[in-house]
Amino acid sequence: MTDFRTPRSRAQGLGAAGHGVSHWIFERVSSVALIPLVLWGVFAVLRLARSDYEMAVAWLASPVNAVLLALLAVVSLMHMHSGMRVVVEDYIHRRITKAGLLLLNLFVCALFGALALFSILKVALSGGAY
Amino acid sequence: MVELALPKNSRVQKGRHHPAPAGAKKVKTFKVYRYDPEGAENPRWDTYDVDVEACGPMVLDALIHIKNTVDPTLAFRRSCREGVCGSCAMNIGGRNTLACTHGWEEVPGQTCTISPLPHMPVIKDLVPDMTLFYAQYASIEPWLHTKTPEPQGEWLQTPADREKLDGLYECILCACCSTSCPSYWWNGDKYLGPAALLHAYRWLIDSRDEATGERLDDLEDPFKLYRCHTIMNCAQVCPKGLNPAKAIAEVKKMLVDRVI
Repeated sequence: MTDFRTPRSRAQGLGAAGHGVSHWIFERVSSVALIPLVLWGVFAVLRLARSDYEMAVAWLASPVNAVLLALLAVVSLMHMHSGMRVVVEDYIHRRITKAGLLLLNLFVCALFGALALFSILKVALSGGAY
Repeated sequence: MVELALPKNSRVQKGRHHPAPAGAKKVKTFKVYRYDPEGAENPRWDTYDVDVEACGPMVLDALIHIKNTVDPTLAFRRSCREGVCGSCAMNIGGRNTLACTHGWEEVPGQTCTISPLPHMPVIKDLVPDMTLFYAQYASIEPWLHTKTPEPQGEWLQTPADREKLDGLYECILCACCSTSCPSYWWNGDKYLGPAALLHAYRWLIDSRDEATGERLDDLEDPFKLYRCHTIMNCAQVCPKGLNPAKAIAEVKKMLVDRVI
């Protein structure tokens, strides 16, 4: 149990990382961006629920709809990534578990983002034909 | 570290009961956390039935009454008994506060539970180990840093600039805020905590200080500063009515001002 490190040394730890403000700004900016995007997304889902396949494909072929949907998917996944990252940093302290969960968080978000983006582009550009 | 259950040797057991003296008129039960570092036993809850007519109105008066008349082994810190020194900070009725400014009548119900400040190492009974807390305060270098040669007289400040320190300088470092903060519980080794950050802001906005940039450099860190998730427990418990959460938010705004 004996630890001869001074309390001051323990309090200072490894020093300040020198970043954090950009992450903080990103959290706020993405939150603000998601307000109109999610409202639009809810509106879009309600609209699509009443349409058939052809109408849905035509809807997504519109540049405005395709771009907004792609933005909604990418921004919400990036926002989710930064939020989950903070949760892991808060609660997980074992180095190996923490690194594993941070990687998992990044990979899952990146995978879903890439899949969503590709799918939207595919439908939007090829008109939904397989 | 996140610990949802106490480690085996910290689980609190049932302790002794000290009944009220015969002829007591108004009795209130004080359930007090006891830990003796010299024994091998776990901590325990001792209960004291106190004739509150015989002691003063504050929880500290009751504790002193217990120590004087019932159980001299009870250990707690106290000094000024008027909310100025911050020594008697403890958790009373589930809420961090100063025993000297909190009346036992303010605690609802028949029993008043008293335990040390949460998530701190306990030295004995209600006495927590504040070493790291004080070191964190020291690490923000709470004194004036200047580069300009010292003036003949004092460093001058306009009344408006002086006013900016109101709501900050009153902090007595009792640690009620930091030890009520879940972020400080889980990451207290890296997160500076509301008290140290409030003081950091106190020096950041001091018009006479010339190390603002260096101070911000030392704070810009995902853990030291940004573990604050505006939970607001700090502002809720502060016995001096200060708002550390707001001070931390101001520090975050200063860091934004630096890049935008």
